[in-house]
Amino acid sequence: MSLAADHRTRSTSERGSRGLRLRGLVRKEFLEIIRDPSSIAIAFLLPVVLLLIFGFGVSLDAEHVPIAVVVDQPSAETAAFTAHLERSPYFEPLLLFRMDEAERAMRARRVSAILRLRSDFARRRRIGGAPIQVIVNGVDANTGRLVMGYLDGVWIRWLEQRGRDAGEPLDVPVSVQERVWFNSELESRNFLVPGLIAIIMTLIGALLTAMVMAREWERGTMEALLATPVAVWEILLGKLIPYFLLGTGGMILSVTLAVWLFGVPLRGSLAVLFAASTLFLLAALGMGMLISIVAKNQFVAGQVAIIVTFLPAFILSGFLFDIRSMPAPLQLLTHIIPARYFVAILQTEFLAGDVPSVVWPNGFALSIMALLFLGLSRLKSGKRLE
Amino acid sequence: MTISPPTSPGGTLAPNAEPGEIVVDVRQVHKHFQLGKRRVPALRGVSLRALRGRVTGLIGPDGAGKTTLLRLVAGLLAPDAGQVLVLGRDATQDSLGVQAVLSYMPQRFGLYEDLTVMENLELYADLQRVSHAHRRDRYQELLHMTGLGPFTRRLAGRLSGGMKQKLGLACTLVRVPELLLLDEPTVGVDPLSRRELWAIVNRLVRDAGVSVLLSTLYLDEAEHCHEVVVLDQGEVLDQDSPRAFSERMRGRSWTVEAPGARPRTLRARLARSPGVLDAVIQDERVRLVSEAGTRPEADTLLAGLGGAVLKSVEPRFEDSFIALVRTRIPKAGVSTGRPETRASTQDPTAAASPHPARSTDSPVIAVRDVERRFGEFYAVHGVSFHVDRGEVFGLLGANGAGKSTMFRMLCGLLPPSAGSLRVAGVDVRRAAADARARLGYMSQRFSLYGYLSVRQNLNFFSSAYGLAGGRRAARIAWALEQFQLAPLADSTSADLPLGYKQRLALACALMHEPEILFLDEPTSGVDPVARREFWRRIDELAERNVTVLVTTHFLEEAEYCDRLAIMASGVILALGTPAEVKRLAGSSPEHPLDMEEAFIHLIERTERVGATS
Repeated sequence: MSLAADHRTRSTSERGSRGLRLRGLVRKEFLEIIRDPSSIAIAFLLPVVLLLIFGFGVSLDAEHVPIAVVVDQPSAETAAFTAHLERSPYFEPLLLFRMDEAERAMRARRVSAILRLRSDFARRRRIGGAPIQVIVNGVDANTGRLVMGYLDGVWIRWLEQRGRDAGEPLDVPVSVQERVWFNSELESRNFLVPGLIAIIMTLIGALLTAMVMAREWERGTMEALLATPVAVWEILLGKLIPYFLLGTGGMILSVTLAVWLFGVPLRGSLAVLFAASTLFLLAALGMGMLISIVAKNQFVAGQVAIIVTFLPAFILSGFLFDIRSMPAPLQLLTHIIPARYFVAILQTEFLAGDVPSVVWPNGFALSIMALLFLGLSRLKSGKRLE
Repeated sequence: MTISPPTSPGGTLAPNAEPGEIVVDVRQVHKHFQLGKRRVPALRGVSLRALRGRVTGLIGPDGAGKTTLLRLVAGLLAPDAGQVLVLGRDATQDSLGVQAVLSYMPQRFGLYEDLTVMENLELYADLQRVSHAHRRDRYQELLHMTGLGPFTRRLAGRLSGGMKQKLGLACTLVRVPELLLLDEPTVGVDPLSRRELWAIVNRLVRDAGVSVLLSTLYLDEAEHCHEVVVLDQGEVLDQDSPRAFSERMRGRSWTVEAPGARPRTLRARLARSPGVLDAVIQDERVRLVSEAGTRPEADTLLAGLGGAVLKSVEPRFEDSFIALVRTRIPKAGVSTGRPETRASTQDPTAAASPHPARSTDSPVIAVRDVERRFGEFYAVHGVSFHVDRGEVFGLLGANGAGKSTMFRMLCGLLPPSAGSLRVAGVDVRRAAADARARLGYMSQRFSLYGYLSVRQNLNFFSSAYGLAGGRRAARIAWALEQFQLAPLADSTSADLPLGYKQRLALACALMHEPEILFLDEPTSGVDPVARREFWRRIDELAERNVTVLVTTHFLEEAEYCDRLAIMASGVILALGTPAEVKRLAGSSPEHPLDMEEAFIHLIERTERVGATS
């Protein structure tokens, strides 16, 4: 009877099969990833969608800003100026002849600024007064500031050109030689896309991992798993390995898209990029594991992961908003967010190159965080149900 | 290692078996859980032993501590005090060592639903480090045993409930353990699959000398065990062989047969008689358990029942179990099963609002030639039946027989593909909302708001049914009183034991005093004591002319129905009173069948017909 025979042969069958459990767990995880559309969506579809949105759609630059141009008294000079304005890539001028019309357009948010050329435009320009009036919609402070700056620039350049044409050089007391380093075109895409890699890896490492762990609790598979002679480290590694590989896949996908599709420069070395990503991914996986210890159903796990990992990575990592312009308490808070260190490395690696003074301290901080989160989740998980 | 020859079930055991024979030794174990601010004791000084090569059954109502005990043995929980030894190893200190010799199948066995049958087996074989050399034979054997052979490439999520349970058992058995722990392995499983599961377990014990510790809610399954431990509210009431349990009841088990009397009415009457501890319907008779030391007086018991006969019968385990649990002093707040003599307090609204017995000639529910297609697949095919006012009508069948589809159509949640459905005289296809206002519905999963308290749930459901002001307050007071929920009124519903959730769900469905009650698997997973109480309430409702349509897979519960229909693959196989259905299945005075046997006969007969046609 083979049932009985098994009893006796079990001890021999156990020998020489180290790693069998871990292999089984990893294979199971991959099968689940392949068969579960939501894992695929988070791991591959979401990165692509986010990259497309941020690469093509979202831009922090102000371009083609609609502005109202009110000309009190049309003349050759005002026509010359508005023509200059039309050529600028930053503005879409809308010519109006009455101030109240322009104000209405501003209230209706059809234009972001009003530029008024007064009736004594030509005379004022000659005596060096302020012949133009600029009213900017300050609701969107960022765009408002940009529009003001751009209009100033357009005005100065027009004056220079007029001066050159008339053979009377403009007397500018101080002239500024501007040089933009690292992102010479001042393209916001060039620093948004690298930062996105941190967001994508947070999603895969923390959100997806927390949710698949919670699913095991929810469906009762965890209880069955815990009752087998499997060790805690095997269960944890069985999750870490597949999602580490998935996260790395997500990173490779993002870097490829960034460089090939969006033309973001990659000035640092791949090795440093890979090393930093590894450290960050480990930290993110650690967070995901920790969350799943607290949250044992998918809904809660998803919510917690979004609030404590995804949103901070989005808002407080320096990906969108400069950390140095945040209030001091918030700046302090950013230090406990792993994405902060990773975003710093990513932006430097892509736009500047391997800068040791950025890579080393941030890399060190990432290692500490990875150790902390993984260590905590190992400490906190046991083979008990409570 | 030696495999001790198994002893026959019920064989007497030496109380002091040699030390090597004890597989599980639980010593004075205490365990509590923290539920919010409440400290809930799960086990209070439990001691028990399970012996090698034997099936030890843990039996007790919900919240008795069965699952906690099994988890302690599996090393998944640590006791507050006391010790659990598995084959001499401490289950808490040496969990891994213990887990290497046992296999545990939790109540909801965690199958990976996105993995195929074979992939699930492979995973557990890897986890249990079964060498590749042994796997092929092992898989073959397991697949053969469970009948899953043809489905190895099917995703586990696509298997029926019974097949899932069998796959769970197969995964648990990829390595033959020395000790097998099964937590309610047959709950929610149809009778056929239940028999097969037991056959597998028995074979394992017989051929491989495996020791089994299992918990169950089915009292008839106790008879399959060598040894039974009765647990209640975290304490061991007794441990003995099922035969010994039954023996104690000798002279206290009776049946009453009254020709012409409706079994349901007879049962209700007998249950209230003095000296009667338990009364259930069994094969058109009422089975009684009398209180200890009293012999029921046939004259007083049967007064007014012409031709009624009181007979002494062979006691069974169930009698003993009910006697044990019923005669316990109820613990504060949560009483398990009080005898009905005391439990059936007067319903304050009973007299006030009985549903008038209107013209009895028109049925309350009329279903004619109904079918429901999903693409090419007929979930319900040519079903016709009717239910009269005040009747309890049962729909029985295995998972996937079409019961739930039928239910949804009757509630107006799903339109039929063809045929006519009338509920309370209203065509459900046209005016589902009108019909719904007059019926109460209790779904399989006791749809309650888990985060709301008992009172808040009652409040919500009464407002959903449009009750306001004094009427609402009166109905909530009624529900708390009638269903003995008052002590728990402010507890969170999710934390209630299953039996209480079921009571609360029934109360919610009754808030608007419906004249029709739809119950979808109302007793699934609920313990025998709570189930008895539930059926008593249904009886009372039917007495007040409420029409009840109920689905169940507990076949002994079919006896509580006035009439029933057995469904399989979308068609009705048999329809009639319980006695008629059994006759249709081939029951005769010489070879009487019980409802479960009748059911299996009917299913097998149609399968044979299906196979030959």
